[in-house]
Amino acid sequence: MAKLKAVHYINQFFAQIGGEEKADYPAELRVGEVVGPGLAFKQAFGDELEIVATIVCGDSYFNENLDKAKADILAMVKEQAPDVFIAGPAFNAGRYGVACGTICDCVQQELGIPAVTGMYIENPGADMFKAEVLTVATKNSAAGMKDAVAKMAPLALKLAKKEEIGVSSQEGYMPNGIRKNFFEDERGSKRAVNMLLAKLAGKPYTTEYPMPDFDRVDPVPAIKDLAHATIALVTSGGIVPKGNPDHIESSSASRYGEYDIDGVDDLTEETYETAHGGYDPVYANEDADRVLPVDVLRDMEKEGKIGKLYHNFYTTTGNGTAVASAKAFAEEFSKKLVADKVDAVILTST
Amino acid sequence: MKLEMGHINIKDVQFGSESKIADGVLYVSEDALRQVVLEDEKLKSVSFDIAKPGESVRITPVKDVIEPRVKVEGQGGIFPGVISKVGTVGSGKTYALKGMAVVTAGKIVGFQEGIIDMTGPGADYTPFSKLINLVMVIEPIADIKQHQYEKAVRLAGFRAATYIGELARELTPDETHIYETCTMKEGLEKYPELPRVAYVQMLQSQGLLHDTYVYGVDAKQTLPTILNPTEVMDGAIVSGNCVSACDKNTTYHHLNNPVITDLFAEHGKTINFVCQIITNENVYLADKERSSDWTAKLCKMLDLDGIILSQEGFGNPDTDLIMNCKKIEAQGVKTVIITDEYAGRDGKSQSLADADAAADAVVTGGNANQVIILPKLDKVIGTMDYITKIAGASDETLREDGSLEVELQVITGATNETGFNRLSAR
Repeated sequence: MAKLKAVHYINQFFAQIGGEEKADYPAELRVGEVVGPGLAFKQAFGDELEIVATIVCGDSYFNENLDKAKADILAMVKEQAPDVFIAGPAFNAGRYGVACGTICDCVQQELGIPAVTGMYIENPGADMFKAEVLTVATKNSAAGMKDAVAKMAPLALKLAKKEEIGVSSQEGYMPNGIRKNFFEDERGSKRAVNMLLAKLAGKPYTTEYPMPDFDRVDPVPAIKDLAHATIALVTSGGIVPKGNPDHIESSSASRYGEYDIDGVDDLTEETYETAHGGYDPVYANEDADRVLPVDVLRDMEKEGKIGKLYHNFYTTTGNGTAVASAKAFAEEFSKKLVADKVDAVILTST
Repeated sequence: MKLEMGHINIKDVQFGSESKIADGVLYVSEDALRQVVLEDEKLKSVSFDIAKPGESVRITPVKDVIEPRVKVEGQGGIFPGVISKVGTVGSGKTYALKGMAVVTAGKIVGFQEGIIDMTGPGADYTPFSKLINLVMVIEPIADIKQHQYEKAVRLAGFRAATYIGELARELTPDETHIYETCTMKEGLEKYPELPRVAYVQMLQSQGLLHDTYVYGVDAKQTLPTILNPTEVMDGAIVSGNCVSACDKNTTYHHLNNPVITDLFAEHGKTINFVCQIITNENVYLADKERSSDWTAKLCKMLDLDGIILSQEGFGNPDTDLIMNCKKIEAQGVKTVIITDEYAGRDGKSQSLADADAAADAVVTGGNANQVIILPKLDKVIGTMDYITKIAGASDETLREDGSLEVELQVITGATNETGFNRLSAR
């Protein structure tokens, strides 16, 4: 079997071209050369994986000429057709870390070639890309090179061989949000006792499940003058015009709908329905106002209790829909609500 | 309080004309045991089978797993308030039959019973594949309601386990473990420098066939209270629940609670293991608030420095878990929680239904949504009739070659939240 191939990306500093004064060094392909940290990788790879080329690029150049740098480097990588792409390690060099993460992400997305990088946990590149790119946690300076290569090299080999990657705690990469089962050495109760002993003694310990950031939003202050306020309706209850014209999925929605309700006083069985799966839709389909209370708000509009009902409503199905999707939907349509001076939103679910 | 726990190692289980234990072999008279099981008029018939580690055997639908024990000295008897008369247990001397268990199985009750595979990949995930299992497949009389059937099977399991445990009464244990805790004052005097630690156990009490019983009392009708940790070793807490198989605590788990054993291992050395606190997982908000208020209050009153908090089940009880953790931490009591995860088949979803920054020390029993293929095995004890309806299975579970595509959820004890297993996730 032919030796597997790797391309290695490093910055101007690790290529020994220079420091900050040479950070504008443009992307350069060195075919057949193993440079700087590449030598340590070469040693770790032995006969199994060969660094066929090294790409050197200045950190300022990469970040200031992002599109060109990305395109140039992608073309260089494509030409070499490696089995794996390695960037860094960047340790605590911020722009280098961001460059490593960016280019690894690009190589994976554009070329379908797996990539691995390494950097210090507080490097801004880590937070930006650790979910997309296997990112080994390194020390904060090049003094940690040996340790970084010891973790990155086996991962690069596994990626090149298309072998399954183990869990973050064993392989040394930063948790990427994908939960993976494995067997620990000790049973859970013993691990809990050990964790408690460490916590009691004020010693470091690592939680096995870092709490997700639930992104709790503080409510805005109450509206003082409701009679002149514009109110919008938004729902995750899946209310759509009859026939679901935008084909919003019944579960795990990938889109939301924006529908004009100008002149609509009541949602009827003939005109609206729910697209939402996972609950008995009979009552929602009979009268969609039960989920999206247009009728009540029209009454309040007439009675002068509210200023007016906003002319569009936004809708999706909450059923099994990823938080990330829901957040992206809201980020988009909230801008329209703000631009149209909507004062408040009534958000309904199923 | 001091309990001497004698282990009687069981090397084999066989059917015989007379029930007895001789040279580490348990002989079971089917006729005698049948009489014990069918004492309940709601039960029509029972069949017995023995499943041994490594055999190509699948047991399903599994309801409960019970370790036979007998109380040879001290107050009360095994399963107080359920089988034995009410009386405080946890002191004196108790024998346990190690290496075997009584497994109850039968028709589906709540669509949430489990699978025990004695070999293959599924066997790696259940602790019960390592035991010799005496399985009872129990049929109810006609026209019985599900909850009546559940209760009848539950009690039949305890009767059978007690009957078998009695066979060990006159034996000499192969090994003996001593578990002893101090009273409050004794503990303060004896271990003035050691951190005071308790185990807070959340008991499944969502109702509608998701229940646990403490000295015979339905846990959803209890307020948080304290136990001596040795009490559960005599069966003070029994399972009555049918939540997802992977993270329900069977009676076996209660009898052999590993948090208690592992805290005892540190008792007097690095910690003072003060007591066990039990609380429930009721569905009403007022109950959740009250119970978590009370656990936090008890932790404070007991001057604890740290606790381990274990959950049972998932989803709704995640809120109880986080409430307990938050309130106990707020009392200045260091908390470690044990839970499991429902992160989706791809592992990408949020694992719990609730979260809080106070929950900064978590041990996980793994992602219950992980898919596993269970190969076809030679023999089924029980029935495959409900295999697609067990939580964690689906209409597509049964594949053409007879193998099963299921989530770990279906495997009894797979992601147990008392930390019984080595399975974890990152």
